[in-house]
Amino acid sequence: MSTLSISVLPTRSASYVIHNHQHDALIIGAGGAGLRAAVGLAQQQFSVAIVSKLFPTRSHTIAAQGGMNASIGSMHEDDWRWHFYDTVKGSDWLGDQDSIQLLTQQAPVVAFELENMGMPFSRTQDGKIYQRSFGGGSTHNGKNVAKRTCCVADRTGHSLLHTLYGYSTKFTNIELFSEFFVLDILIQDGEVVGALAMDMDDSSLHRFQAKNTVIATGGYPRMWYSCTAAHTCTGDGCAMATRAGIPLQDMEFIQFHPTGMYGSGCLMTEGCRGEGGFLVNSAGERFMEKYAPKARDLASRDVVSRSIATEIRQGRGVGPKKDHMYLQLHHLPPEKLHERLPGISETAFTFTGVDVTKEPIPVIPTVHYTMGGIPINYKGEVIIYQDGSDCSVPGLYAAGEAVSNCHGANRLGANSILDIVVFGKAIAQNIGKANKPGEKQPLLKDNLVEASLDNFEKVRNANGSAPTCDLREGMRFTMQNKCGVFREAKLLNEADEEIQKWYKTFECIKVSDRRLNWNSDLIETLELQNMLQTAVQVVACAKNRTESRGAHFRDDFPKREDEMDYSKSTEGQTKKPIEQHWRKHSSSLVDIPTGKVTITYRPVIDKPLTNEVEWIPPVPRVY
Amino acid sequence: MPLLRLTSGAFGQLRTFATSPALGKRVKTFAVYRWNPDEPDKKPFTQNYEVDLDDCAPMVLDALLKIKNEIDPTLTFRRSCREGVCGSCAMNIDGVNTLACISHIDQNLSKPSKIYPLPHMYVVKDLVPDLTNFYRQYQSIEPWLQRDKEPVKGKETQLLQDVEDRAKLDGLYECVLCACCSTSCPSYWWNGDKYLGPAVLMQAYRWIIDSRDEATAKRLSKLKDTYSVYRCHTIMNCTRTCPKGLNPGRAIAQIKTLLSGIVKKQAPILDPAGLEKQSAAN
Ligand SMILES: Cc1cc2nc3c(=O)[nH]c(=O)nc-3n(C[C@H](O)[C@H](O)[C@H](O)COP(=O)(O)OP(=O)(O)OC[C@H]3O[C@@H](n4cnc5c(N)ncnc54)[C@H](O)[C@@H]3O)c2cc1C
Ligand code: SF4
Ligand code: SF4
Ligand code: FES
Repeated sequence: MSTLSISVLPTRSASYVIHNHQHDALIIGAGGAGLRAAVGLAQQQFSVAIVSKLFPTRSHTIAAQGGMNASIGSMHEDDWRWHFYDTVKGSDWLGDQDSIQLLTQQAPVVAFELENMGMPFSRTQDGKIYQRSFGGGSTHNGKNVAKRTCCVADRTGHSLLHTLYGYSTKFTNIELFSEFFVLDILIQDGEVVGALAMDMDDSSLHRFQAKNTVIATGGYPRMWYSCTAAHTCTGDGCAMATRAGIPLQDMEFIQFHPTGMYGSGCLMTEGCRGEGGFLVNSAGERFMEKYAPKARDLASRDVVSRSIATEIRQGRGVGPKKDHMYLQLHHLPPEKLHERLPGISETAFTFTGVDVTKEPIPVIPTVHYTMGGIPINYKGEVIIYQDGSDCSVPGLYAAGEAVSNCHGANRLGANSILDIVVFGKAIAQNIGKANKPGEKQPLLKDNLVEASLDNFEKVRNANGSAPTCDLREGMRFTMQNKCGVFREAKLLNEADEEIQKWYKTFECIKVSDRRLNWNSDLIETLELQNMLQTAVQVVACAKNRTESRGAHFRDDFPKREDEMDYSKSTEGQTKKPIEQHWRKHSSSLVDIPTGKVTITYRPVIDKPLTNEVEWIPPVPRVY
Repeated sequence: MPLLRLTSGAFGQLRTFATSPALGKRVKTFAVYRWNPDEPDKKPFTQNYEVDLDDCAPMVLDALLKIKNEIDPTLTFRRSCREGVCGSCAMNIDGVNTLACISHIDQNLSKPSKIYPLPHMYVVKDLVPDLTNFYRQYQSIEPWLQRDKEPVKGKETQLLQDVEDRAKLDGLYECVLCACCSTSCPSYWWNGDKYLGPAVLMQAYRWIIDSRDEATAKRLSKLKDTYSVYRCHTIMNCTRTCPKGLNPGRAIAQIKTLLSGIVKKQAPILDPAGLEKQSAAN
């Protein structure tokens, strides 16, 4: 199934031995998205290589706490169309509605599949999957607060990832390459034909050839100083796409979670508020009532984060520096906290010493999720918008936090671990429709890996004056201080100047560890390079978008600019042409040698997949 | 590196790269195990690093990150989530196997903290152990739900499970596979090739006891040989060390009672296939 041959590349200064592998499908990343795709492909008898820099259960999906949305209706009557409405509205009308239909319509079945694999969901009194409330979730298109979030206490991601990993071990046609760092995807004759990876154990190089490649490498919150995400969320897959010349989409949309723990950044799930917790300011007020009279603490994340930031700006923050807020849970019965929120009770105590049954938890909006990424269509195919239409990149799929399609300008809580399984599965099905197991694959040219190797060799031997950690710190402070919750031209211009400077500073990077086995210094440096190539796009797009939509809020352009003014009747209004409004995807590409970013646009897809649901036209977004 | 230094003023908190020992008032020494098996002529040794605790976040992982960032980028360890959920950063800290990211630094400055890799494992480098065998053993227990009938494609529905039956999985499913317990177990040290060890046995029990699982007899019979379970002599190191507060020792004892036939797995309170049957009847 695997190792076919070894090629030696003699043209290089140091000759490299490359181990060649061939499978029907290659999956880069073993989080929820990668594993779900692998399982789906293996069920159809494809040979699958999963290549991951982490052992699967160490992936960041593990950290998801609150749950996964699906309109299975355990708690009340529910309809996937209401979930569809919430998601479109949550995205501030920047999500592609065909993909959102797939996401919400398929949610119940993927939830049941996970349950059938053994996922230990919390249960209702009648033995069904328990569902809680989450921000932005409603029934009857915004009328009432919904209970739609299926959960395993506050360890839903842990349970999902362990279930999927355990299930994947059932298949002998899945071969796992764990602690292999993928350097680049490989393209021959206009088709993606696999990837080049380094075995972290001994720094040996491996070329994985496959008919289809799936990027499932997760997001990039680690380019900020303070974030809820793991150290390993460094946007590697997005940077791989960038280096392959695939424009990334909507990179300016970064989700701040309202309740990251003050100090460590660890997450306090939205489930806290879903179970009845609320935010209070220094005056002891439940201030969310002011900003979102109906949904209050369960308004969408961007809304709650901005409300907290506004309270702090106006001097009503708590603590000696008045720079954070309190999340109160102690009015809830201790048994409920113990049953429904055991994990966060433990984490709050470990990191802040707070006993949640007695005291409030200090929290602050913290970078949490990256909406932007590799553009995909509803089939999970990676697309490039060219001459007025979406063209799929042959042989390349992507899923999970690495992509952009459903969540638009703001992801709803509990829609992400849903998205990873829905699209992971869809990709497997779509590959199955277009391919057969064991199909013949083209002969690969030996020089295919040349560009990737050049970069690898340069970084590995880099002996400049900028240690990885210093440069990383510089980047993180720039992003943190100048590309945050509130944005404006002056700050963003500074951010752009600085980030460009960090980008160029990478030329004088210094790697200290030269050893071959488990060289984490080298890995961290490659991750930094990936983050920089991604960060320049985040800043450029944020600077470019002169409107406020979802998570992207500009103090200097506080209004959303749609093709029509949707705050009044659209009758008699004509649609503005695409150059004159902002309801469009940003599409960014980097010139790798200089770091210069070019931005173009792609229209939003409003038409759902089928006529089972009608498209939701924009309205002002209030909660 | 002119570019970086020029602008460092813009970031109040950008600290200088200190290669010399920390100068603060609350300096703590960390004695860290170093070894690179690729350099067989060099023996393992411990290296002392000094960290100013006033300038360091509270956990042992924070100190290690600070050492790696500011003193010695070659120091090697695994980490990812930094909140005790991914199981990457398991190591031996002052004689106890635990997760570095949720272990508070011992504030006693006069005593160095000793940081070693998980004991009795092959070392890949420094604090990174080889977990290949541990993972292989985990796979051997077939960690997925098994029922006599596979769900029908396209007609999947949820299996029912009573709250009380679900509660039996609490204290089991939370395991992060960090291997702290197994590598603290003397029986595992000496028979790690055959004895499954506490972590894996607890997961075996997690599936045995799940009211939805119907492969109980098969799962139990696979554990019958003298090595799989019976190497556990109830020394309870495993339970004492588990950083997630779980009790693998008890889970093993429960497997033994099931194996001996003293106790039988209870029938599910709710028929797991209840909904499926309902919809078939309609
Ligand atoms: C604290 C926290 C709580 C959350 N809670 C929720 C929640 O309750 N509900 C919800 O819906 N969402 C939640 N999210 C978001 C959600 O967890 C993530 O968006 C989602 O899990 C991402 O899954 P993924 O499969 O795309 O990526 P990941 O799980 O991040 O996996 C990425 C994989 O790619 C691999 N990889 C990356 N780069 C490389 C490379 N260069 N070479 C090889 N392999 C590579 C990694 O090893 C890993 O296996 C939460 C996020 C955080 C931070
Ligand atoms: S109780 Fe059993 S498994 Fe646990 S340490 Fe003792 S011998 Fe090992
Ligand atoms: S039982 Fe505890 S110590 Fe053992 S692997 Fe699981 S979490 Fe780690
Ligand atoms: S880094 Fe994840 S458990 Fe410590």
